[in-house]
Amino acid sequence: MSSEKMHFEYRVEGGNFSEAGYPSSQVKKTLKQLNVEGNVIKRTVVALYEAEVNIVAHAYRGVIAVDIDTEKIIITLTDEGPGIADIKKAMEIGYSTATPEVREMGFGAGMGLSNMNTNADKLSITSEVGTGTIVEIMNYFHK
Amino acid sequence: MERKTDNQFHHALKFREDLCIGCSHCMNICPTEAIRVSHGKAQLHANRCVDCGECYRVCPVGAIIVEQDDFENIYKYNTRVALIPSVFSGQFPDSVSSGEILSAVHELGFTHVIEVEEGVEFLNDRFNEYIRENQAKKPLISPFCPAVVRLIQVKFPTLAGNIILLKAPVDVTALHTRKELTDQGIASEDIGIFYVTPCAAKIVAVKSPVGEEKSVIDGVINMNYLYNKIFKILRQKKEKSEVTGFSHLSEKSICWSLTHGESGHMTQGRSLAIDEINNVIEFLEKVENEEIDGIDFLELRACDESCAGGILCPGNRFMTVDKLRKRAVKSGDSKGNTPESKTGKISMNDPFLLENIPLGPVLPRSIIKLDDNMSEAMIKMKRIYELNRVLPQVDCGICGSPTCKALSEDVVQNQASIKQCIFVQKILEQNDKMDMQESIQIMKSIWSDNKLDQNSLKDEINEIN
Repeated sequence: MSSEKMHFEYRVEGGNFSEAGYPSSQVKKTLKQLNVEGNVIKRTVVALYEAEVNIVAHAYRGVIAVDIDTEKIIITLTDEGPGIADIKKAMEIGYSTATPEVREMGFGAGMGLSNMNTNADKLSITSEVGTGTIVEIMNYFHK
Repeated sequence: MERKTDNQFHHALKFREDLCIGCSHCMNICPTEAIRVSHGKAQLHANRCVDCGECYRVCPVGAIIVEQDDFENIYKYNTRVALIPSVFSGQFPDSVSSGEILSAVHELGFTHVIEVEEGVEFLNDRFNEYIRENQAKKPLISPFCPAVVRLIQVKFPTLAGNIILLKAPVDVTALHTRKELTDQGIASEDIGIFYVTPCAAKIVAVKSPVGEEKSVIDGVINMNYLYNKIFKILRQKKEKSEVTGFSHLSEKSICWSLTHGESGHMTQGRSLAIDEINNVIEFLEKVENEEIDGIDFLELRACDESCAGGILCPGNRFMTVDKLRKRAVKSGDSKGNTPESKTGKISMNDPFLLENIPLGPVLPRSIIKLDDNMSEAMIKMKRIYELNRVLPQVDCGICGSPTCKALSEDVVQNQASIKQCIFVQKILEQNDKMDMQESIQIMKSIWSDNKLDQNSLKDEINEIN
C-alpha cells in the first residue's frame, strides 16, 4: 500500500451560521478528485457538516483537521466551548441544548450527533465541561 | 488535444477550424472547462462537454455550429411525422396563426405534425407516482433537460442516482405516435419521426441517449432551420388559408418546457425550479453538500427561460414565454372542461407506454477525478496545489487554459506546460532561464503564428507608441 497522505485544516467561528459549510464543500471536492465512491463522500460530508454546525451553534471557535490516506479519512474537530456534560444523553435522538435563536435558524433539532453516528464508520467524542469538545470522525474508502 | 476516450461522447456542437479566430470567448464561458486554445484554435475536450451551448452563444464569428440531419432524410419514409415542441409556436409574430404554421410544416413534406407536449399529462402522473415511491432519494431531479443530465454525470457524480428514470415528453409522444400509426396498419419501418429541436443537448439525447439503447426518434431538425423554411412559405403565400391549428393542448402542457412548467405540477411535497446553467451548478453544489433540505423535486434547465432560451430558437426568449403563457390562458378559457383537454389524447394508463417509459440507470462519468488510482490522484492533487500557488490567479487565459487552476490540472495531466503562463515566462526571463525567442515560440504554439507575427501591424503599433 502506498503511504501517500494529505493533511489540511479549517478554522470555524462560533455563531457564524451563514458561513457554515465551507469545510464540507472543500472536503467533498477533494474526495471527488481522489475518485472516492459517491456514497462514502455523501456520508463523510453529512457527518462533517453536522459536526461543524455543532461548533458554530455551541462553541466559541474550533479547528477542523482533515487527514486523508489511501484507505480512509479522519476528521478531527476540536472546539473551545462549554463542552458536553453527558455525551450518552447528547447522542439520543431529539436531545438538544440549542437556544431558541439557533432553532429558529433551522438548526438544533437534536439530530446532529445521531446523524453523525449513522454517517461515520467510527465516531469518538471526548469532552471536558468548561473547556471544549473533540469529535473524531473516521470513514473508510473501501469496505 | 482530444483524448483517446473522447470518441465515445457524441456532441452536436462542432467547432469549425476554418472559421475559428482563436479569441477564447468560448473557453472563458464554458461552465465545465471543456475548451482550451491551441495553435490559435478552440479545442473541445469531448469528455467534459455537456452540450449546453454557452460557447455557441458567445462565438463572435459563428465558428461553432450545431450539426443536423439532412432534411431530405425525411423522404426515406412514407409516413413522415414532425414532432414540434410548443416553444416553436412562440417564435412567430402574433399575426401568424398556429393553423398557418401547421399547414406550412405539412407543405414542407410532413404527413403528420404533432406537438411534443401531448405526452405531458401522462408523464406528469408518472412523475408524481415516481416521487411518491422514491422518497429515500430526495431530492429527485427531473431528466427533462439533457444538458443537465450530462452535467450531473460529469460534475456531480454523487447525484446521478437522484435523476428520475423516466423518459422525456418527446419520447412519450414519439412512442405513442408510432404505436398509433402501426395500429392503423402502417409498417414501423415506413414511419419516420423527426424532432424539431430548440437546442444542441436534445440532439445529443437523440443521437446518443443516456439510460436507453437507442432513441425512438429517427432524426432531428434544428428549429432555426425549420423556422426559416416556414417563414419563406408564409411570405410567399398571397392569401391566408383557413386551416385548423394544432390539436388542443392543456395549459400545463403548453407551458411544460418553460421555467416552473414541471415544478408547479408535482403534487408531492416541495418542488423548486431553477434555470440557467450557472444557477443550476451553484444549486447542485449545495445539494451535494446536503446543505439544502426538504426538497422533493428539482426542475433544472440549462438555458435561461428554459427551452424558450434554447440556442436554436430564433425568437426572443422573453417574448416567446409571453406568447406561450397567453396561448395557455386562451386554452384554459376555451375547452377547459372536456375530458380530452385535461388528459390529452394519451390514455393515463396506456399499458404500452407504462412498459416503455422507464430509463436504464444514469451512470456517473466524473471529470473531477484526477486518477483512477487513489495514491496517484493524491500525488497529482499535491502537485496541482504546488503549481497553482506559483500562478498569479489572474485567470487571464493567455496560457490557453480557462483559469490558473485549470492550467495546473492540465500540467499535471501532461496536457500543458507551466511555461505557457505569461507571468511564469516573465519571471524566468528575468532570471535568464528563458530567452525571448522561447517565450514567443510558446505564445505562437497557443495563439498561432499570425497573432504574434513580427511584421504584421508592426508599423501601426509603432505609430501608436
